[in-house]
Amino acid sequence: MDTLITYLSVFAVGGVFCVFAQILIDKTKMTPARILVGYVVAGVFLTAVKVYEPIVKFAKAGATVPLTGFGYSLARGVEKAVDEKGLIGVLTGGLTATAAGITAAIVLAFLTAIFFKSKPK
Amino acid sequence: MNMNENYKQFAERHAPKSPIVKDCLMAFWVGGLICVIGQAFSDFYKSRGASEETVKMLVPVTLIFLAALFTGLGVFDRIAKHAGAGTLVPITGFANSVVAPAIDNKAEGWVLGLGAKIFIIAGPVILYGTLASVIYGLIYYIVGLF
Repeated sequence: MDTLITYLSVFAVGGVFCVFAQILIDKTKMTPARILVGYVVAGVFLTAVKVYEPIVKFAKAGATVPLTGFGYSLARGVEKAVDEKGLIGVLTGGLTATAAGITAAIVLAFLTAIFFKSKPK
Repeated sequence: MNMNENYKQFAERHAPKSPIVKDCLMAFWVGGLICVIGQAFSDFYKSRGASEETVKMLVPVTLIFLAALFTGLGVFDRIAKHAGAGTLVPITGFANSVVAPAIDNKAEGWVLGLGAKIFIIAGPVILYGTLASVIYGLIYYIVGLF
């Protein structure tokens, strides 16, 4: 039962993050690139003002998988690095916490480009 | 293909031209489902004994891998056309924004084609995300002094 409730929360919260972006796309003609940038920055901001952590506790992947979760990782990473290493952590924390995702994306992009051809649109 | 055309293609993929209610419903269930898949991987890795820290990195990496594979197979575009923000907002959208230009611009060369174009969307995301984290880090550091 607990698992079911968790998964429903994940589904609902994750879905709502996407609906909000969909409304922005349809109503403001905001470009996808701006949505992605806005979501990441919003994630950093919401984590900084202590709003995002409770959402992550409640909705788990429903909050970490949307791009705001990328911002959450950046912000949590910088907090941790500053706690451990002081001022230099300001420069190392964000990208250290997100290194796996960024590296995976660019390495897999390279490999995918080698193995697949561009599809006619 | 120049940058603008490239960008237009990315924009069109994620901006279906249909009524807003239908768009939102599609975005809701596809986006929600991608998060559920992420949660399922998270629970699976934890059950195999992976630490909290490792799981936090493995889940996005897994979703990025799947998004890259589906982009390569041409399946991602077909889903994204209907799902709109449902595939854009999850980490899969970020992965697609890196992988799709890599494939599309391979013919233009390894350095200024593939090498440069993979960052056409990811570049701004990484720039402003990192910038925000540095600003927050500075504030966090200064507040911590007192």
